[in-house]
Order: sequence, then C-alpha cells, then structure tokens
Amino acid sequence: MSEDARVTRAGSTKVDYQEVEASENFRQLKRRHRGFVFPLAVAFLLWYFAYVLLADYAHEFMSTPVWGNINVGLLLGLGQFVTTFAITTWYVSFANRRLDPVADEIRGQLTAADAAAGNREDLR
Amino acid sequence: MSATLAAAASTSVGNPVLNISIFGAFVAVTLIVVLRASRNNKTAADYYAAGRSFTGPQNGTAIAGDYLSAASFLGICGAIAINGYDGFLYSIGFLVAWLVALLLVAELMRNTGKFTMADVLSFRLAQRPVRVAAATTTLVVCFFYLLAQMAGAGGLVSLLLGIDDRVGQSIVVAVVGALMIIYVLIGGMKGTTWVQIIKAALLIAGAFIMTIWVLAINGFNLSELLGAAAATGGEAVLSPGLQYGLTDVTKLDFISLALALVLGTAGLPHVLMRFYTVPTAREARRSVVWAIWLIGLFYLFTLVLGYGAGALIGKDVILAAPGGVNSAAPLLAFTLGGPILLGIISAIAFATILAVVAGLTITAATSFSHDVYAGVIKRGKTAPGAEVRVARITVVVIGIVAIIGGIGVQGQNVAFLVALAFAVAASANLPTILYSLFWRRFSTRGALWSMYGGLGSAIILIAFSPVVSGSETAMIQGVDFHWFPLNNPGLVSIPLGFLLGFLGTITSSRREDPAVAAEMDVRSLTGYGAEGATKG
Repeated sequence: MSEDARVTRAGSTKVDYQEVEASENFRQLKRRHRGFVFPLAVAFLLWYFAYVLLADYAHEFMSTPVWGNINVGLLLGLGQFVTTFAITTWYVSFANRRLDPVADEIRGQLTAADAAAGNREDLR
Repeated sequence: MSATLAAAASTSVGNPVLNISIFGAFVAVTLIVVLRASRNNKTAADYYAAGRSFTGPQNGTAIAGDYLSAASFLGICGAIAINGYDGFLYSIGFLVAWLVALLLVAELMRNTGKFTMADVLSFRLAQRPVRVAAATTTLVVCFFYLLAQMAGAGGLVSLLLGIDDRVGQSIVVAVVGALMIIYVLIGGMKGTTWVQIIKAALLIAGAFIMTIWVLAINGFNLSELLGAAAATGGEAVLSPGLQYGLTDVTKLDFISLALALVLGTAGLPHVLMRFYTVPTAREARRSVVWAIWLIGLFYLFTLVLGYGAGALIGKDVILAAPGGVNSAAPLLAFTLGGPILLGIISAIAFATILAVVAGLTITAATSFSHDVYAGVIKRGKTAPGAEVRVARITVVVIGIVAIIGGIGVQGQNVAFLVALAFAVAASANLPTILYSLFWRRFSTRGALWSMYGGLGSAIILIAFSPVVSGSETAMIQGVDFHWFPLNNPGLVSIPLGFLLGFLGTITSSRREDPAVAAEMDVRSLTGYGAEGATKG
C-alpha cells in the first residue's frame, strides 16, 4: 500500500478490521447480503436474457395475439417492468428489515470503541 | 392534418420565437436556482458531492434527470414510432440495468468511496496506476456521451428553431456549451443536481401529459392505440424484428446491445458519482429506488408516445422531417397541442441536453482533478482549495472541447456513441467494480488488465465496425476498412473485460494487503467511516 493512500482514509488505522470481519455478527451480515443479492441478480439477468433471446429469435411466438392487439411480446416486455419494480420493492424491504439493523449495530460498536479510545471519528 | 404537418415539417415546426422564449425561461429559472445553491460551495465535498446533503428522493430524481437524456426521450420515442416493438427493447434494457446498480453497486460504492469511481477501485489496490486507469475510462465514457449529446443539440435546432445552416447550428452548440460551463462552474455538484431535478420533473410531467392525451384519443385502451399504430405502420410494428430481425448479424448485434445496456448503466461514471451526493448508504438505496420508479414510468410513457406518434403522424412524415427519427416526439406534441405544446416539449428537450451535458462535465472534471491531479500528480498532498480550482479549470477545458467536438460532428452520424459509451462502461468499469467489491483476491494487475483491455477492445472493435466505415450510414463514407461485423462491441469486449480481470488476478504473484481488504469489506457493508453530510 502506498503512503498517499492513507491520507484519504483518515481515522481508519485504529480499528482492527480483520477482527471485525471475523466476528459472528459481521459474517452473518455478509452472508445475508450475498445470500440475497447474488441469487436475485442471477435470476433477473437470466429472465432478461431469456426475454432478449425470445425477442430476437422467436418472432412467431412473440407475435401470438393474447387479447385484442396485445400480444405475448408486449406482455413479456411489460413483465420485465413488473419484475424490476417487484425486485426493487422486495430488496428494499429485505434490506430495511434484515441488513440495516445488523449494519447499524456493528457501526455503533465501532464508533463506540473509537470514542473510548479517544479517537475522534472525524469523518462522520 | 398530415398535409399541413408535412408542409410545416419541411422547414421547421411551430414558432421558433416561442420555442426560444420557453427555453430562455428555463435557463433563467435554473440559473437563479444554481446561483442560490452555490452560495456555500467551499470545500471539495461541496463542489464534487454537494456537501452530501441531498435526500434519497431528490438524488433519485436527479439520477433520472441524468439518465433520461435526449437519446432516451427523443431517440426511444422515435425508435418505437419507426420500428415499433424493437424500439421498446431499448427501454427495457435501460430499465432492468438499474437492478445491477441497486443490488450490487450503489450502497457498497457509497460506503467505500468519497467522490469518484477510482476511490473505490483503488481502495485496496495500488493507488496510482489504478487511479490513472479509472480516470482514463471515466474520461473516455464521458467524452463519447458528451459528443453524442452535443451532436443531438445541433440536430434538434434545425427542427425546433428553423436553423438549417451550419453556422447557425454551430452557434447554438456553442451557446449550449457556454451555458453548461456557467452552470457547472458556479453551481458545482449542488447546482448541477438542482438543474437535473428541475429538468427531470419537467420531462416526466411533459411526457405524462402527452401520454394521457394520446390514451384519451384512443379511449384509454392500449389495444386500440396499438391497433391504430398497426393501421398506419403495418402489423409488423407490434412484434419484434423490424430493426434487428433482418439478418443473423443484426440479431447478434441486438444481443450485443442488450448486454451493453444491461451491464453498462452500473458502470457509468456520471451515474456512480451521484451516489456520493447523499449522506448515507440508506439514502443511496432510496435514490436508486426513486430512480427506478421514475425511469420505469417514463419508459412506459415513451411506449405510448412512440406508438402514438406512429399512429397519428406516420413513419414517412417523421423520417422526412428535419431531425429524422428524433422528430417523432416534437411532431407528436405539435399534432396534439399545437405550437404551445411543441414549444414546451422542445424547451424540455433542450433542457435535457443541457442538464445531461452538465452532469457529464462535472463528473469528468472531478475525475481529473481528484484522481489525476490530487491523487497521482500531487500524491494526495494538495494545498487547500487547489483541487477545486483545478476542477474548475477542467470544467472550462472540457466545455471548450465539447463545443469544438459538437461542432465537428454536426451532420455526421454519431448515434452509435451512446451505445458505445454503455459498452465501454460495461467492459472497462463494471468488471473492476464488481471484482473489487466482491472478490477478495482481485489484484492490481487484474484491475489494470480489465480496464485497459475492456476499453481498448471496445474502441478498436468499434473503429473497425460498420458504424465507422463500410455501410450506408457509416460515419466515414467512401472507404471501407471494417472487419468487425457488429455495430456494438459489447458481445466481445464485455466478456473480455471480465476474463482479463480474472486472468490478471490469478497470474499476479503480488498479494494485496489483507488488512486493507478487511477494512474495505467491513466499511462497504456497514458504512463505518463513510463521510456524512458536511452541513445542513
């Protein structure tokens, strides 16, 4: 690590981050975060590319009429909007309920430890 | 109706004086807001990140303002009006891409960085080479995007103001550039953000009114609207394939574009930088949520507007009008509400260009002054105020380059530049961002290989593609040196960017400091040590 890097990270040297990283609390936070966002990211990308391939190579199927002039292609396209809105809402409620409390707790502990060590947390 | 429209469209539509007056009112109002917002621009955090004082909803609206460029508004409406369903495919890619930003990037970036993408990428890697690489890709993406916007400004004036000659268009480009320099110079990030917010509100409101109007004409029945569009443009507009279904190559081209759109957004530097204008990761999350809803609703409006323009005006009239595809939305406004609605929509389109250009410029200037000047040349030891001074000088330089570039590309077909900017962002920026946030072993060499490899391959492939030479619509006519068949390099350059990052890392013998890796891990997820709001 070059020295100049430290300049932009004032106040970061007092905390033993490896210890925090190994703590059960933090590992739980990381597990929850990745356990939620990774599968969801894979799922929405698969659904998006499935749609792209259908639009690209299955013109017949996409132009199947469903109701009036509304066809399968339009419904699947609007379906992408619906899933995007739904995933957004789902993630926010998950993060508010399951991630933020743990993250707040860890951050609170670190800040308290800082204060106890007389190390002004100058960046907050 | 369509005869008068065609006659009007052959020169300009509506009343140029009215168009200019409405745009002038926008400029006056935003300038007052910018001046008021700039009163306490003192520190770097004020200038680059608006003192981190914006709320999630405000920042989300500004993100929508940044993202819904003239290409989105005029381009997508026109694409749907001409090519029907295939135009709709753009908006889906542009929207779904936000999930990458929401789930994987926004909050973690906000927690780890201060002002730029390079702050995050260089957190645990070698500072100087990574900052230089990240600043390079940032400047390249911003430059392509800027050029596309400036070219769009020239095209728009011929339609809206009745200025057809080259000198007149060049003057308009210079005025747009000069206004942008004033906004960014005086207002910094705070002023720029307010311009984005005002513009996003106007744009979405304008599109909403026109959408309701078009739906009302068709009895609020989507099927009826589609039927009307099909009656004018043929049944084919309702199904995919009109634009990209022609040959096997165009089909591959579409996959390439889809890849660049969905993965590019979360690597766009001017979007990433917006996450630093809020005080916490939670506000960054709220920003993205607001952005997704606003952008999603807007794209639903463009679906109605595009088919509405196809039905009410027709493909031939749109293509014959000055501005071509881009004239669909303004012509629709004229058909619905006459010169007044046209004036409003034109002013909004201009405001859009102005605001997006301002957002790009402050991003590029920040990257240069914070990463290259302060981080690399001065090694993090700058005199107080020097960094912001350099940023301001850079703003002027970029503004002048944008004006010269914008005048230079008048009349050339540079529509591919926006898609190219997305492809570069997806190939050079996103792999390094994801790797450095989620892959502990990721090394400096991996980052450099990925950024330079992704950037280089995207640019080389586009230089030897049909958009530059060897096709009817190519930028350079009369010669043919193309060997890459696709119009978008993403299909090759994006996997290459990811692969090079992986190969560079596993062949790298140098291990990065585990203590810093742990620090990044903890800070990115908890927000500990992240800079909060500087003041109220």
